Amino acid sequence: MAIIKYRDALNAALREEMELDPSVLCLGEGIGDKGGSYKVTDKLINQFGPERVIDTPLSEAGFVGMAGGAAIAGLRPVVEMLFVDFTFLTMDQVANQIAKYQFMTGGQGKVPFVLRTQGGVGNGLAGQHSQSLEAMFCHIPGLKVVMPATPYDAKGLLKSSIRDDDPVIFIENKKLYLTEGEVPDEEYLVPLGKADIKRTGTDITIVAWSFMALECLKAADKLAEQGIDAEVIDIRTLVPLDEQCILDSVDKTGKLLIVHEAPIRGGYGGEILSTVIEKAFYSLESPAKRVAGKNTTIPFNITLEKLCIPSVDDIVSGALEVING
Amino acid sequence: MDIALLKKLYTTALTIRRFEEAAIEQYRVGKIYGYLHPYLGEEAIATGVVAAIRPDDYIVSTHRGHGHAIAKGHDVRLMMAELMGKANGYCKGRGGSMHVADLKQNNLGANGIVGGGMGFAAGAGLAIKQKGGDQVVISFISDGAVNNGIFLETVNLSAIFHLPVVFIIENNGYAAATPVGTMNLQNDLSKYSEGFGIPGFSMDGNDAAAIFDAMQEPVKRARSKQGPTLIEMKTFRHRGHHVNDPGAYMPQDVLENWKRRDPLLVLKEHLKTAGATDAEVQKIETEVEELINEAVQFALSSLDPDPKEFLAEISNL
Repeated sequence: MAIIKYRDALNAALREEMELDPSVLCLGEGIGDKGGSYKVTDKLINQFGPERVIDTPLSEAGFVGMAGGAAIAGLRPVVEMLFVDFTFLTMDQVANQIAKYQFMTGGQGKVPFVLRTQGGVGNGLAGQHSQSLEAMFCHIPGLKVVMPATPYDAKGLLKSSIRDDDPVIFIENKKLYLTEGEVPDEEYLVPLGKADIKRTGTDITIVAWSFMALECLKAADKLAEQGIDAEVIDIRTLVPLDEQCILDSVDKTGKLLIVHEAPIRGGYGGEILSTVIEKAFYSLESPAKRVAGKNTTIPFNITLEKLCIPSVDDIVSGALEVING
Repeated sequence: MDIALLKKLYTTALTIRRFEEAAIEQYRVGKIYGYLHPYLGEEAIATGVVAAIRPDDYIVSTHRGHGHAIAKGHDVRLMMAELMGKANGYCKGRGGSMHVADLKQNNLGANGIVGGGMGFAAGAGLAIKQKGGDQVVISFISDGAVNNGIFLETVNLSAIFHLPVVFIIENNGYAAATPVGTMNLQNDLSKYSEGFGIPGFSMDGNDAAAIFDAMQEPVKRARSKQGPTLIEMKTFRHRGHHVNDPGAYMPQDVLENWKRRDPLLVLKEHLKTAGATDAEVQKIETEVEELINEAVQFALSSLDPDPKEFLAEISNL
């Protein structure tokens, strides 16, 4: 066991998978000698060379499409898209080409493609560098969407994503890169499609992912001071969603709060809430609720930007509303 | 040119021609629906280019992709079945005309997005390079694609990484109904090559034999890892953009001029010069006729996909 940073856990996952499988390669802007702007690909080029750690020009659509084609032709590319905001530049390749290829060819071609990117508010990067766009990817059939919250999950899920034969959108959070956590020394995998109950409880189910999962754990501590025992589920994979984990928990607690950083309108919280209403309505003892980002572009000012996403206090208030029904 | 090769080229071009004509017929009676973009008049390009590559080389195609697929050696019965949405079509009826693909023959597929397949072409090139093979990739693109960002990005990526790709711009004079000249000040679209630092040239697109010859150098260049070439082949459609487009915007006199140089006529002249008899040519025509009839009958009598099976597959995804 070692305590390592989230970004180093990702680095280790890439290194291990590239050692195990010569068809795994990385592409992205500044990932080679620079080691990546968030250092996730740090020093990989020293071990694997520029043929497998490829610095690309600022041609996002082009190199994402190229990675897709390489995947079809037998490689396992891991593309780094430095900001999720830039994925808008790639959407024909991601949504019309990569996501649909296996289906449209009647199953002839598989696309074992991973797009690693990061989103979230932090450090005053302003509107075009602070978004949370997972709902967009969740809405496109043919894509899996993974969002790890801890170094342990990050490493295990990235390894699994690389081994997955389907296209995976792997969304990190800029606030998580320097967070630390325990990671086993021996090899392990975290399966896609499996949620993780990060705190068991009996009074309320709190569902979250990515950075907000950690905020929810802090909120759970505050709720505990008030005698409320919260169960915090980190879904880890958005598509395919581990519905059963959520439904079982709601069955137990009867109370549901969903928390996400992305704007509330059209956010993935709505999908989860609808699913629970459709499948476990009578388990709910009070109205379920979402605490999520405001429907706004993120401003530059760091005080204002914090107001746009849920705080620990917002989560506590939301939970109390659900508890008091 | 060797008469055997000329016969092969003529057979391919004629197969494409008859297949497209049959597809249009089937469209008219409702057996094929949706989008159908006939390759009529452009046969020389697919024929000449694909004849110049190996079976294990890759092609990536456009929305007008039947010609490339047939030239690559696809079974026309399975192609016709796919166009009719049948369960035994190449793509199980899930792709249709615009997405015909056969991975076994390294045809990564036709594409419904203009320029949409270009990234895949570069990617296949990257995979070949990584795995140490000597295959090449032909990226067929339309003149319309030249105006799209993906063109710039992919050709440049292929150039800087020395990918084994040959880009073929099929300039048929129009992007749907829009003349090429109104969307480009540059007349010869291959001139972009200079911007990328790679070789390029423009040529007549109606002589499959000349195309076969012209492809030798670029294919060799790609195969020997020296990088891509950007080639423009100028041609003209015999009809509108897709099957329901009468092509009213196409000037009749221009069309008639191009039809005088119909790729099939050009090849027949080559055959005559090489000493082929009328009987030999007729034999090819009869065989192609039979093949296409068989393809149509096969497709018509093929089963549609089972709705229950499909629903079961897509529910709970």
